[in-house]
Amino acid sequence: MGFPILSVITWSPFVSALIIMAFARHRPTLVRMTGVVGSSLSLVLSILLYFKYDHVANGFQFHEFLPLVPSMGINYNLAVDGWGLVLTLLTAIILFAGSFASWTVKTRGQEFYALLLLLSTGVFGVFASLDLFVFFLFYEIAVLPMYLLIAIWGSTGEVKPEGMFGWAFKRVGVGTKEYAAMKLTLYLLLGSAFILVGMLALYTAAGSTSFSFLDLQKVKFDPQLQSWVFLFFYVGFGVLAGIFPFHTWSPDGHASAPTAVSMLHAGVLMKLGAYGVLRLGFGLTPDGAVQWAWLVGAIACVNIVYGALSAMSQKDLKYVVAYSSVSHMGVVMLGMATLTEQGINGSVFQMIAHGIMTGLFFALVGLVYEKAHSREIFKMGGFATMMPGISTAFAIGGFSSLGLPATAGFVAEFLTFIGAWQSAHSWWLIPGVLGAFFTSIYVLRVVKQIFYGAKSTDPHFQDLPDAKGTEWVAIVVLVCILVLFGVLPNLMLGPIDTTTVPLLVKMGVMR
Amino acid sequence: MNPVTLAILALLLPAGAFLLIGVLAPLRRSGRPAAFLSIAAVATSLAAAIRTWQLASGSVEPIRAAWNWLPGANGPLATVGVLIDPQSSLMLILVTLVATLVQIYSLEYLHDEPPAAFGRYYAYHSLFVFSMMGVVLSPNLLQLFVCWELVGVCSYLLIGFWYRKPEAARAALKAFWTTKAGDVGLLIGIVLLYRLAGTWDILELEHMVKGGTLATAGLGVITFCLYLGAMGKSAQFPLHVWLPDAMEGPTPVSALIHAATMVTAGVYLLVRTEFLFHQTPQVLLLVGWIGGITALLAAIMACVQTDIKKVLAYSTVSQLGYMMTAVGAGFAGAGFLHLLTHGVFKALLFLGAGAVIHAVHSNEMHDMGGLFKRMPQVATVFIIGTLSLAGVPAFAGFISKEEVLGATLAGGLTGPFVMLLTGAFLTAFYMSKVVFLVFFAAPAAPGHAHGHTHDDGHHGHHGDPPFLMAGPLWILAIAAIVIGVYSTFFHHAEPEFASPGWLTPVAVAMGLAGIVGAYLTYQTRTISADTLASVFAPIRVAAVNKFWLDDLYLFIYRHILLAFARLIGWTDRYIVDGVLNVISAWTLDGGDALRRIQTGRVGDYIFAVAAGLLVLMLWMRGTL
Repeated sequence: MGFPILSVITWSPFVSALIIMAFARHRPTLVRMTGVVGSSLSLVLSILLYFKYDHVANGFQFHEFLPLVPSMGINYNLAVDGWGLVLTLLTAIILFAGSFASWTVKTRGQEFYALLLLLSTGVFGVFASLDLFVFFLFYEIAVLPMYLLIAIWGSTGEVKPEGMFGWAFKRVGVGTKEYAAMKLTLYLLLGSAFILVGMLALYTAAGSTSFSFLDLQKVKFDPQLQSWVFLFFYVGFGVLAGIFPFHTWSPDGHASAPTAVSMLHAGVLMKLGAYGVLRLGFGLTPDGAVQWAWLVGAIACVNIVYGALSAMSQKDLKYVVAYSSVSHMGVVMLGMATLTEQGINGSVFQMIAHGIMTGLFFALVGLVYEKAHSREIFKMGGFATMMPGISTAFAIGGFSSLGLPATAGFVAEFLTFIGAWQSAHSWWLIPGVLGAFFTSIYVLRVVKQIFYGAKSTDPHFQDLPDAKGTEWVAIVVLVCILVLFGVLPNLMLGPIDTTTVPLLVKMGVMR
Repeated sequence: MNPVTLAILALLLPAGAFLLIGVLAPLRRSGRPAAFLSIAAVATSLAAAIRTWQLASGSVEPIRAAWNWLPGANGPLATVGVLIDPQSSLMLILVTLVATLVQIYSLEYLHDEPPAAFGRYYAYHSLFVFSMMGVVLSPNLLQLFVCWELVGVCSYLLIGFWYRKPEAARAALKAFWTTKAGDVGLLIGIVLLYRLAGTWDILELEHMVKGGTLATAGLGVITFCLYLGAMGKSAQFPLHVWLPDAMEGPTPVSALIHAATMVTAGVYLLVRTEFLFHQTPQVLLLVGWIGGITALLAAIMACVQTDIKKVLAYSTVSQLGYMMTAVGAGFAGAGFLHLLTHGVFKALLFLGAGAVIHAVHSNEMHDMGGLFKRMPQVATVFIIGTLSLAGVPAFAGFISKEEVLGATLAGGLTGPFVMLLTGAFLTAFYMSKVVFLVFFAAPAAPGHAHGHTHDDGHHGHHGDPPFLMAGPLWILAIAAIVIGVYSTFFHHAEPEFASPGWLTPVAVAMGLAGIVGAYLTYQTRTISADTLASVFAPIRVAAVNKFWLDDLYLFIYRHILLAFARLIGWTDRYIVDGVLNVISAWTLDGGDALRRIQTGRVGDYIFAVAAGLLVLMLWMRGTL
């Protein structure tokens, strides 16, 4: 079996979390160092994993097997294929950047780092699990710590009640961090319930002998069953992927969450949702996927345009980034709904591209907030003079967001568009490109408002410092990767493509 | 070296300079060393470009090299590489030549910028040269699009170079959004083309068209979409609105990007894909008519400008219209020729205008006047540029403009031909107006201090510019004359089309009439400018208001797009999310209501147990 590289990647954040809780009490430097070491280990091993992966043979590799409950067919079985490989790498990158972006967490830094690392173990586990039961366990580990992270370390904003439903706003506390945390958690747990039902349905239909993805994949399920199970997977995972109209946890949640949590959540956790739909929905219930592709694509189009327009109307910087995630996750969902090689490649590549760019955005917003103590776009102005580094990085993130070539965002969107036009619903192309155009409007408008133009006369915004020291790490790493994947997309697209093609062949939409 | 290596070298040198200047902060902040690095890179590229051209013109077949970029199940989806033929190598020379001269010129022009800004300027310039060469050398439409977008970003960054100026920041945005609107079309066109043809490779596409294997159904939509992209980039009506505003950037930038190279990328795209457009005559007709309309309207607007750079900007829009009309007439070669000559003399005019602005510290022509005596060299080269633009024989623009006019006539575009001919008169008129007002006429306000009293000119404010600026001016001026003399008297290529004998005399007469008209109006003042203004009052008002297009776009942006976005944002917060909040509130209220059952008083519980028991007994009795 050799060195259990996937297990080490998965569990090293968890072990770091244990070390932090056990030995690093009231020693903030040790807390940070342990966190950074744990995440660095995962990153280094993920990079190693990428190079060790047999890019010619493809398929699932690095198998690890440990029987848990043999009588029920539950086993600890890890392996990655092309998708898992690139998403593991993405998680490691974001976690690494996030552990640097949390440098300035003052209160209860110990618990903060521990929860953040625990959550990462969950994410790594989901991407590497071949056993549905273990997959679900990891999924819950990834989702639950979020409640504490937002409710304790989050920030509270204000929302004026308006409209015919306004009376309920005060009752539920809209705008507070507790509200955001609770909404996010309840929504995602509701989604989990759907997923669990779907999984158990497949498990029993296949004879209740194995939770293994590989075994279940061989079973030809009844089309009727596939149809509703796919819908369950779609809704269950889709909530986490931010599909309309179940996306509203995302803006509030991401706006309230502390920097690193927003980075991980928007950067990686939303991908869990999309990955779940693709892996389980498309992989186990292919007929259902083909049957419901029109719905997935149509809702994705709503996401893209609706999210972009909502982002355009926001006045709070974090909300702009959060809504842009809603819009960009639409591209992910659109890509897979096309059922074409290019579309699904674009979808997975967009998971990477969006993960990196939104991680970068939240890191930058966090920095701006730390220095200017404001997220109100239209109060700021002319910051580029004071923080040239931050403004450059923000502009590069923005360019990727609007799909500028030579950044990862372009490759992802372009492949999705090619797929859309080749799919059975060619018109999906139009909302796609329209969304990209709207993105160029809201992103560059924000860049201009905050960084360019006359300097704000507000006394709070004078002599703000640029990023410094460890703050650079997250920014530089993410910017470089964004450009690297944009210039050399083959690095990621190679493994992605070798996983996409067999799936499409299996689904019968490609010969 | 073989041409492919040379071309790659030419491409990568500025890219390397950009990376070095961009990444190495100390180098960037040092200012001048960064500039020297950038200039060295682009000058070497120029040498490589010239050699590439020599090699390419000796080779019959186009030379192509490509590498995989995006994977696909059946061979790569997309490649990157270079395509070297006489067209691309000539364009390559134009780009690198103007870029080199502009970068040298900028050393002096931006002398007063802080070193960090200076370094940033040259980083952007290097990136631009790389991207523009990428467009020129691109063997396929996808790579062309990639580089096309990158030059757009460079344009955005350089227009907004003085980002602290709100006008500059706004103009940068406007330029980006307007061209992006066109690029949406281009992107759709490229996506559609893939499904139709299965390739983006220009040579393969041409081969398919020649072999008749390319389906023509739906090709019209594709060429129209490609044209939309060209429309945005090459400032065709009604997407031309960004180019005049782009003059907020430093003048050398206007010379390079917004006159000689980037804005001609749209024309270049059409020249490269000419064979596709020939399959769709209706789109070609549209290209011709829009070109004619653009040429005429922009020339009219140029006549009413008071800012010297704005005159030149509208003039560029107008000349781009000329090139497009020739392409629309079916003779892309004529348009391409005009692209090349225009690149030389328009860069010359902009750099000349820059020298004037540098000395006077104003863009307004009424702050200038009688400058011939103060700066004879600048005046001379500016006049050479003007004569070229006016199409006077023996100057660079003469033959190319003749070709454009002849092509338009031969292509049967009579309407656009009339517009171009009128435009030719107006072109000579507004350019001569600039020459007379700036260099010969008495200053509008004698003794007017025009804002430079605070600065006694440590680099020669009262005379010709120093060598770093004068050198590039003279090189371009000599190029304009050499090209003009050569093409007028020595070079007689076999024309693709026959022009009627009356065309040349009429066109030259139009140009001369414009010059004489401007002389009488602005120099001797025999004709009163006020009388002219009142005679043409309706046109004048429309031209001054830019045909209300800017107002229309602003209205759409503010009162339609942003208003709609606000509506969506509100709906999301208060309806979509509102429903959710109502459900939560009901849940909470429901919980509150049920909680009241738990009173904590033992009596209540005993009562409940007793009542429950009673109900149970009654129910059991019923069943038993």
